[in-house]
Amino acid sequence: MKVVITGISGRLGRIVARRLHHEADVQIVGLDRRPMRGRPKDIEHHQVDLRSKQARDIFRAGDVDALIHLGVMHDPRARAAELYSWNITGTTKLLEYCQAYRVPKVVLVSSSDVYGPRPDNPQFLTEDAPLLAAQRFPQMRDLVEIDHLVSTFLWRAREIETVILRPVHILGPVHNAPSNYLRIARPPVLLGFDPMVQLIHVDDVADAITLALAPGRRGIYNLVGPGEVPLSVVLRELGREPLPIPHPVAKPLLGLAFRLGLSSFPVAELDFIRYVCMVDGRRAAAELGFRPGRTLRETIHAVAED
Amino acid sequence: MGLRERLRQLRGPVPEDDVAGRTNALVVRGNEFGFDPFGLSRAHVKTAASVVRWIYRHYFRASAFGVENIPLDGRVIFVSNHSGQLPFDGMVIGAATFLEPERPRLVRSMVEYFVPTVPFASYLFARWGQIVGTPENCRRLLAAEEAVLVFPEGARGISKPFSRRYQLAEFGKGFMRLALEMQCPIVPVAVIGAEEQAPAVNVRPLAKLLGIPAFPVVPYPPFVPLVPLPVKYRLYFGAPMRFTGDADDDDETMGAQVASVKQAIEAMIERGLRERAHVFW
Repeated sequence: MKVVITGISGRLGRIVARRLHHEADVQIVGLDRRPMRGRPKDIEHHQVDLRSKQARDIFRAGDVDALIHLGVMHDPRARAAELYSWNITGTTKLLEYCQAYRVPKVVLVSSSDVYGPRPDNPQFLTEDAPLLAAQRFPQMRDLVEIDHLVSTFLWRAREIETVILRPVHILGPVHNAPSNYLRIARPPVLLGFDPMVQLIHVDDVADAITLALAPGRRGIYNLVGPGEVPLSVVLRELGREPLPIPHPVAKPLLGLAFRLGLSSFPVAELDFIRYVCMVDGRRAAAELGFRPGRTLRETIHAVAED
Repeated sequence: MGLRERLRQLRGPVPEDDVAGRTNALVVRGNEFGFDPFGLSRAHVKTAASVVRWIYRHYFRASAFGVENIPLDGRVIFVSNHSGQLPFDGMVIGAATFLEPERPRLVRSMVEYFVPTVPFASYLFARWGQIVGTPENCRRLLAAEEAVLVFPEGARGISKPFSRRYQLAEFGKGFMRLALEMQCPIVPVAVIGAEEQAPAVNVRPLAKLLGIPAFPVVPYPPFVPLVPLPVKYRLYFGAPMRFTGDADDDDETMGAQVASVKQAIEAMIERGLRERAHVFW
C-alpha cells in the first residue's frame, strides 16, 4: 500500500508517518515544502509545493493507494493571501490529482474548530452542524473552506472513498494552539468563564487515521477524546497558575501583545476559552469503530511529552 | 413575644434536610474528574444546595403538594408556569425535587442563550446542572433518563406585569414535540407566590432601548427587582401526563395536547389560589 502524506514534516505528520511505517506493507511518501527531520531511510520525501508540477508527478504513476492531507497551513504570522493560496489552491490541486490518477482513498484531517465556539452552541455538535467558525475568525476561513472543498469532493467523486476527520483539540508533543496554550506557566484565562473542553491525544488521532484508511470507510467524522472537562481543571491538573483577565480588557491586551510579537494567539481565539465548541463523537465510534485509547489524565499530561 | 419569636412562629416548623446525603444520592454521570458532559459537578451542587435550601425553607417557606407525582427515576419533563421577573421559580422547583421526594431528583432547567455570555453565570449555571435551552441538549438529557424543566411561556411569562398575575401567557409547543419524540411523560407544575415576589410594571421603551425582553420596575427601592419579596411559595406537582402522536405534526394538532397541559396547570393554580390564606404566609 502506498500512502502520500502532506504536511509530513510537522509533528502530527511525523507521528502519523511513524505509526503507519510500523505496519509492514505501507510505503510512505512525504509531501511537504519543509525538509523532514529524522526521516527513516525507507520513507520517500519530496520537498515540493503542493501546487507544483513535481507534486502532480508523485501521483502520475497511478500507484498511490491513499492520500492523507495534513498539509493545512495555519500560521497566524503568515500573510493571509499567501496562506489562502497555499491552502485552497493546494487542496484543490491535490483533489484534482486524486481524481485524475485514481487514488481510491482521501483522508483529510480537519478540526472541530470549524464549527466555532459560540454561546448558543448545543453542548455537542453533530457532523451536520453548520461550519460557522469563519464568521468570527477570519483566520479560520482557510480551514473551513478546505473542509467544504473536501466535503463537496466526497459527494462529487463517488468512486473515491473520502473521509473527513474533525478531531477536538489535539494534545501531545505537537505545536498547535491548544498544546502551546497549555504549556504556558501562567496562562491567561477570562474572568468568570470556564468552558467545558474536549481534548484528544495525538496518538489517538493517528489511530483514527489508520481506521479511516480501511476500505469501505467514507464520510465525515467528529473525533472526540476521553470525555469533557472544564478548562480550569485541565490547568489545575497541569499545575498551571491561570491569570484571570476580565474579558472586556482581554481583547485589546491580547491584540497589543500579538502585534508586538509577545503572543502567538490571535485575538479571536479568546472565544475558545470563553464558549463551548464541543462535538458528538458517536458516529466515529459506530462507523469507524474509533475508541480513544488514552485516559483524560494521560491526554492532558501529553502536552509535557516530547 | 419578641420579633424573632413571632417571625419563627410565622415561618412554622422547618424539616431537617440531609443536603450532603441527598447530594451523594444524586445520579451524576461523571468522568474521572467528576464532571458530567454538561459540566455538572457534585461538589458545586452540594454548596449551592445548602444555600438554595435556606432560601427554600426559610426565606420562601415553600410548601410542596403532590410530591408523590415526582418520578424517582426515568426521563421526565416538568412543565411549569413562569413568573416573578427573576427565575426564582426555577430554583424553587429544583429545590423541591431535590429536598421533598424520598430520593433526590436533580432538575436540569433550560437557561436563556445569553447566559453563556455572562461572566460567572456562564459556568456556575453549568456546574449546578442548568443547560442552554437548545432542543438538542434537551433530547440528549432525556435520552440519558434525566429530568428537564421547561417554562413554555418563556420570557412572555416571567416578565409579565403584576396586573396580569396568574394569567398564563401563550405556551410554546417545543416541549410537546420533545415529549412525543422522546416518549417522555410530562409532569405539570404550578407555582404560587412567584407572581407577588416582584410586583412590577414593564417600562417598554427602556426595554426596547436596551434590547432586552422587558425592563421591570418595582414600587420600592432599589426600584429594579434584584431581591424578591419574602412571599410564601406553594408548589403543586400534577400527575404525570403521557401523550402519543407524531412529533412533526403541525402546530394546530399539537395545540390540543399543549392546551391540555396548560389546563392542568391552570386548574392547579386555581386550587393553589383558593387554598392560600395570605401572600406572605
